[in-house]
Amino acid sequence: MSDCPVLDIKGLTVTLGTRRGPARAVAGVDWSVRAGQTLALVGESGSGKSMSVLAATGLAPRSARVTGRVHLLGTELTGLPEDRRRRMRGRHVGFVFQDPTTSLNPVLTVGRQVSEAAEEHLGMTRRAARARAVELLDLVGIPSAARRIDSYPHQFSGGMRQRVVIAMALACEPDLLIADEPTTALDVTTQAQIVELVADLQRRLGTAVVWITHDLGVVAGTADEVAVMYGGRIVEQGPVDAVFAHPSHPYTSALLAARPDPAAGGADLITIRGAPPSPLDLPAGCAFWPRCPVRADARCEHEVPPLVPVSAGHHVRTFYRHQRPTGEDG
Amino acid sequence: MSGSEEKTSRRALSALRHDPLAVTGSLVLLLLVVVGVGGAWLAPSGVNEVDVDRMLQPPSWSHPFGTDELGRDVLSRVLVATRVSLQVGVVSVGIALVAGVTLGLLAGYYRGWLDNLLMRCMDVLFAFPVLLLAVAIVAVLGPGLLTAMIAIGVVYTPIFARVTRSGVLSVREQVFVRAAVSIGASDLRIMRRHVLPNVAAPLIVQTSLSLAFAILSEAALSFLGLGVQPPAPAWGRMLYDGRGFVTEAWWLGVFPGTAIFLTVLAFNLVGDALRDVLDPRQLTIGEARRNAG
Repeated sequence: MSDCPVLDIKGLTVTLGTRRGPARAVAGVDWSVRAGQTLALVGESGSGKSMSVLAATGLAPRSARVTGRVHLLGTELTGLPEDRRRRMRGRHVGFVFQDPTTSLNPVLTVGRQVSEAAEEHLGMTRRAARARAVELLDLVGIPSAARRIDSYPHQFSGGMRQRVVIAMALACEPDLLIADEPTTALDVTTQAQIVELVADLQRRLGTAVVWITHDLGVVAGTADEVAVMYGGRIVEQGPVDAVFAHPSHPYTSALLAARPDPAAGGADLITIRGAPPSPLDLPAGCAFWPRCPVRADARCEHEVPPLVPVSAGHHVRTFYRHQRPTGEDG
Repeated sequence: MSGSEEKTSRRALSALRHDPLAVTGSLVLLLLVVVGVGGAWLAPSGVNEVDVDRMLQPPSWSHPFGTDELGRDVLSRVLVATRVSLQVGVVSVGIALVAGVTLGLLAGYYRGWLDNLLMRCMDVLFAFPVLLLAVAIVAVLGPGLLTAMIAIGVVYTPIFARVTRSGVLSVREQVFVRAAVSIGASDLRIMRRHVLPNVAAPLIVQTSLSLAFAILSEAALSFLGLGVQPPAPAWGRMLYDGRGFVTEAWWLGVFPGTAIFLTVLAFNLVGDALRDVLDPRQLTIGEARRNAG
C-alpha cells in the first residue's frame, strides 16, 4: 500500500437547503482509502453515507453547502474550480450506481456508453475507444463482448447491465471506484457475482474501492475497513475483522444482530426499534439515543460523544464502554 | 455516424415498411414533394393565364379541376401552390423546433430562475389563440410569405419548448445522467448525447403534427389575406377566393381543400408511425410480437 491515500476526507460537512430549512446530512466525517484497499460505508437510508461521497467528489446537489477538506491523489478538491474538479473526477474516479436499469442510457448502445469516458478523458479516437470498450466488457465477464458491444441496455439482464456499468466506471482506469449499493437491485446469486467481480478487478488493477451499502453481509468478505454511519456521523470505524468481532457501538451491535441468520430457522428477525432520524430534525446529543437499547450515560441526550480509540485503528463514538476481553478500555 | 446508429435507423425503416398506414402516408408525402419541386413544370397551363371566355367552367378533360372566376386552370394552381405549403410547413416548423427545443432544453436542464423566465414567456405566447397571435405578428411585420413563416414559427415555439422541457425534466433525474456527470462529461455533451436523444420520440411526433398544423395555419393566414399575396397561388388563398362561388362553382373550394386535407393526413400518419418505431424499446416489443405471431 502506498502512503498517500487515494481519497482523503477531513471534517466534511454537508448541509442541504430544503424548503423546511437546512438539513445537516453529513456532520464532520473523516475517512480515507488507499490504493488496493476497500472501505465499506455502512448505514441506513439517510445516514449520510452516499451524501458524504457525492459531496467529496463534487456531485452533491446544487442546494448543498459543503465544507471540509478533500484530497484526491494529494490534490485538494474543495478549492478547485468546477471545471478542473470535473476533469479530476472523470479521470480518476469511477462510479457504479445502485440500479442498473436506470444507470444506462436506453438509446445508446453499451459500446458507445463504455467508450464515452475513454474518448472524453484519454483523448482516444472512436476506433481505439471501441476496441477499449470490447476489452473492458470482456474484463467484466460479458460473454462474446465483441458481438454484444452494439446491443442496447434493454437486451441485457440486470446482472449483465451492472457489469456494463462497472465497465463504464473502469474505462479510464480510475484510481478509485465508488460503488453506491451496486448489488441492492440484484438477486442474491447475482449479488455474489458482482461482489466477487469487483474484488477480483480490484486485485488485478489495484484500484481503491469505496463500497456504500446498508448490508453488512455484503462487505464482510471483501472490505478491509468499515465505517458505520448514523445521523450524518461516523459512529464506528475500523478494520472489518475488529469491528465484526468486537462491535463497540450499540448501533453496530444492533445492525449485526439484525442480520438474518439461516441457522435460527423460523425465528423472528431481530429489528432495531424506531426509524432513523430525519436530517432536518436530528436529536441533540448522540443521534442514536432515542433508539438506543443501552443509553448508558446521562450525557447521551445532550452531548455528542467523541470518537475514541478502542484498539489499533478501531474507533467508536459512544459513551458506553463494553467489558472487552482485553480490558483495555473502561 | 457509427455503425450502431446506422443500424438503428435501418431497423426503424424496415419496421416502417411493415406498417400500411405509414407506407401510404410516406407515398403521399413523396408525391407532394415531387409536385412541390416540379409543380410549375407539371402544370398543364400557367398559373396566371387568364382566359375570360372560360370563366368558372366545371371539371372537364381540358381542365380536370375546372377553372376559376378569371378562367385560370385550378389544377395548375393547386399543383404550384404545393410548394408554398410545404415550404411554409418546413421553414416555420424548423424555426419552432430549433427555438423551442433550445429553450426547453435549457429550462429543463438548468431549472431555477432561467426555467421560470423562459417558461413564463412561453406561457404568455401560449395564452394567445394561435391564429390571433399569428395575425398580430403578421400585422407588425407586414403580410407576405416570409412573415407568415416567421409568425407560424413563433406561434408553435411554445409547444416544442414544453414538450422538450417535460421530457428533459424526467430524463435529467435518471441515473445515467448522473453517471455521465460522474465521468466528467460537460453540460453541453450531456444535453446533446444523453438528454436530447431520450426526448426525441415525442419531438418527432410533435414535429409531424406541427407540420400539419403549420400548413393549416398558413392556409388560414392566406385565407385572411395575410399570407401569400395574390396573384401567387396558395391553397388557403384559393379557398378564400372560391368562397363567393360556393353554390355555383364547388370545384374552387373542394380541390385546394382536398390538397390541404391529404397533406395534413399524410404528415399525421407518418408521425404516428415514426413514434412507434423510433423508440428502441418499443421496436423490440414490436419485433417480439411479430416473431411470436
